[in-house]
Amino acid sequence: MKAKNTLGLILFPAFDWAISRSHPEREERLLYTQDQLLEEGIEDIEGIEFFNPGMATLHDINRVHFCFPDAQSLLTESHLIAAGGVMRAFDAVLSGETDKAFALVRPPGHHAQRVVYGDRGFCIINIEAVGLEYARQRYGDMRVAIVDTDCHHGDGTEDIYWNDPDTLFISFHQDGRTLYPGTGDIDELGGPGAFGYNVNIPLPPNTGDAGFHYILENTVMPILEDYKPDIIINSAGQDNHYTDPLTNMNFSAQGYAALNERLNPDIAVLEGGYSIQGALPYVNTGIILAMSGLDYSGVVEPDYHLGKWRQSERVTDQVRRIAEQVNERWLKREELFKREYGDRLTVTRRRQVYYDTAGIMEIQVQEFKVCSECPGVNTVHSYNDRGASMAGITIPRKACHACREEGYKLFEHAAATKKSYLQDMSSDDYMVSR
Amino acid sequence: MIIGIDMGGTHIDGAAIENGVLIASVKHQVDHGNYFASIWQCLEELLSQVDKDAVERIHLSTTISTNAIIEGRLADVALILQTGPGLQWHFERMGEHIVYLSGSVDHRGILVRDLDMTQLDDAREQLLENPVDALAVISKFSTRNPEFERRIKKYFEGDYNEITMGHTLSGKLNFPRRVRTGYLNAAVSRTFMGFAESMREALRQSSIDAPVFVLKADGGTVDLEGAMSKPVETILSGPAASFMGVQALVDDERSDRVLIDVGGTTTDLFFLVDGVPVFEPLGIEIDGRKTLVRALFSQSIGIGGDSHVRFEEGALKIGPRRYGLPIAFGGDSMTPTDALVFLGKLEGAYRDKCLQAVERMAAEQGFEGVALAEMIVRRMCEEIHQAIKRVLDKLNASPVYTIEELLRDRTIRPQAVEIIGGPAASLSGYLEETLCLPVYCPLHHEIANAIGAALAKPTLEINLIADTEREKMSIPERGIYMPIDRTFNLREAEQFALSQVRDAGKALGLEEDQLDAEIVESSSFNMVKGYGGRVDRNIRVKAQIKPGLLEKLRKSD
Repeated sequence: MKAKNTLGLILFPAFDWAISRSHPEREERLLYTQDQLLEEGIEDIEGIEFFNPGMATLHDINRVHFCFPDAQSLLTESHLIAAGGVMRAFDAVLSGETDKAFALVRPPGHHAQRVVYGDRGFCIINIEAVGLEYARQRYGDMRVAIVDTDCHHGDGTEDIYWNDPDTLFISFHQDGRTLYPGTGDIDELGGPGAFGYNVNIPLPPNTGDAGFHYILENTVMPILEDYKPDIIINSAGQDNHYTDPLTNMNFSAQGYAALNERLNPDIAVLEGGYSIQGALPYVNTGIILAMSGLDYSGVVEPDYHLGKWRQSERVTDQVRRIAEQVNERWLKREELFKREYGDRLTVTRRRQVYYDTAGIMEIQVQEFKVCSECPGVNTVHSYNDRGASMAGITIPRKACHACREEGYKLFEHAAATKKSYLQDMSSDDYMVSR
Repeated sequence: MIIGIDMGGTHIDGAAIENGVLIASVKHQVDHGNYFASIWQCLEELLSQVDKDAVERIHLSTTISTNAIIEGRLADVALILQTGPGLQWHFERMGEHIVYLSGSVDHRGILVRDLDMTQLDDAREQLLENPVDALAVISKFSTRNPEFERRIKKYFEGDYNEITMGHTLSGKLNFPRRVRTGYLNAAVSRTFMGFAESMREALRQSSIDAPVFVLKADGGTVDLEGAMSKPVETILSGPAASFMGVQALVDDERSDRVLIDVGGTTTDLFFLVDGVPVFEPLGIEIDGRKTLVRALFSQSIGIGGDSHVRFEEGALKIGPRRYGLPIAFGGDSMTPTDALVFLGKLEGAYRDKCLQAVERMAAEQGFEGVALAEMIVRRMCEEIHQAIKRVLDKLNASPVYTIEELLRDRTIRPQAVEIIGGPAASLSGYLEETLCLPVYCPLHHEIANAIGAALAKPTLEINLIADTEREKMSIPERGIYMPIDRTFNLREAEQFALSQVRDAGKALGLEEDQLDAEIVESSSFNMVKGYGGRVDRNIRVKAQIKPGLLEKLRKSD
């Protein structure tokens, strides 16, 4: 058997790491997936190659995150390896080793935001963002679309790329009013430098295969055609599955595989998904076959019955209305930008971020400079209920001279009063005060 | 006394070893018309030189099954497959008599869809239209739950002389390989049975009472009974016999090493890590078919002593083709062997003809004869060097699944090289310079294969899985599928696995001090139902009789 697209698989189940003994993110999580892939004989398919992950460095982490007090004390080797696995996926594709790559690594990352005080939603660092920013520094600028198909809103990825027009973020997820982390509203459209490039598609509980495909065909694909990314990344969370214990959706392995075939991502990264016996072995097999261009029609869960998981008329109507609203916002993004921000010189945003796993409450004030030359320098002032306080300044990759100068001034100024971080993405330099 | 016989492509070698001392050896051409006769002739000649009654065991490394596969002399086989849900492989080169049945179990061995007995009746009707001798039954995930394979076998018992069940061949997961292995096992069964029966009959008539063991590709042995039920395990044992022979001939070292076996057409590379041989991760490939037959890892490169040497557009090329014998041995194609003869490193029957040919080729290219001969030998060494580097890169990138293994970063760094085969001794000096490593050519290396066959010991690997939620434990290699307690734990699993390995080893005739049972892999995964539910365990233990030698070869005094 020969793959139509060559595929690099970074399968690293980390059989010796868990958040805790009975936590869903435990050693067993990819055990049955590995069993399934072995029994299917995936490794004997010509064109599918297995790679070991590398290890991200602290510099790779600091390129994306402001870790408090620092990356070293928050992370374990498992996090650096998960991120290293995604970096390996980018290397495989961008160096031309394989056409596509799928990083099946753990723990996941899409709830990790720029500021990190600890673990949220089983994530500490955003492994896709660490991989992508590493790739941009190594292989040059690229226009990227990240499509997050995890059932939970990818609030971490949204936050990291909130003001980056070169990274289109599309997340479809179970409506935040009914599921962690609660965000992901249709009107979260992005910062002044990237307004409209953050696309949230909150779906009603019990959305099934038909609903996901409706959204894909009528919203996601047209937006991607419009945006014309150089590469597409799929944050492949698998908890929309009908057997997932933490969510309420009705997506199937066939549905995931078909979605992947249509979306045709260059890189996929495993996110959440905790139905480790009933879903993951089948969904992962389906995605691997779809990415390699092989027939996935035989990949069916043991307990799957189409009739049982067909979505109701009511859900179908709701999905259609959401699609219309999202499409409207995409098409009118420039008009909406003027209405929202007018001629303001800076945009301020206040937010609360809860770290459910670590039990920390954070308050943030973000300030975005509105710049006509570049996406604009921005600052985040943050403090938490444990008494920590910090400031982080981000100079974007394509910053204009003025924004870059201003970034260093802002850093100097902030550093006088509290612990401060500077991310100069234009020169790949990262600094911390004190 | 142990008798070891290795039948290769052209030669058959025999060795008799008593208390670790080589007391007799023979070498013959193989009669391709009659393999059994070749082996028997070799055995009789050895026995004529030693005390027949002192023979304790006879070890055979044969190409009976290998040649049946490579030469396409395979019996027609009826195949019953349960492919279950998942990837749909198209199975080719397995004949016309394939029946697909519904019914499947999942990765934990839990029943998903039951076997439909009415389908079995239809299958029988269909298969009986073309009556054949052997049947192979293979189900997806049958190593996790062999129930279907067992039921199907029971249903067809009586219809076939030989029925192979997939789960008995290996404890490893890989359905397509299990299908191919099961098919090949059934397809070579009759050929191997015929050989085994002849062997038994001849031994009986000669009143030789010693048990017969057969070499496997993993460098271990299996008794003749075992080989008759799993003849596929006897394929490609020749390279393993040579490998084991070298281990018997060199001083034991716990280092990383490379073994180079230089043949006429190809050169085979083997590797040891901390003195332990590297195995194929899943199984060996034969005739383009990937199987689950456990085997030593080896890499074959298309360059050997008889490879064709020529210049193409001014560039020196060696191999991969071979056109008969070297000029120095009566052939007419330039070879690396001729270069070695020219340099005075090897004897040759037609030395003068060889010298002239080298000089002529050198003159055409504007070199001195010595320069050309040196260039050929060094190029051959360089190609071996590059192949070793490529294999090491591949082996060093083998997938790992735990953080501990990833951080340990066990990179293989060879400390020494052993070389055997025709031109081995003459090449070792050149190779030492190319590889920058000590290269040893052991004494008796020309019959390392027979010595290895004689001194190899039975090996076996088992894969235990215990699932405390299902209260079941399985060891497919031992046919064990038994209930366990919910409290069953990793320590108990390891003890049970070790006792199983020991029992199996003793049944194969190993003494207590030869058993060397060890745990190779061992892990216990917590299984939790829902959020914060009861914690069960999925336990996985791999144990083996460490591959090795019955004894080392000592120097005769």
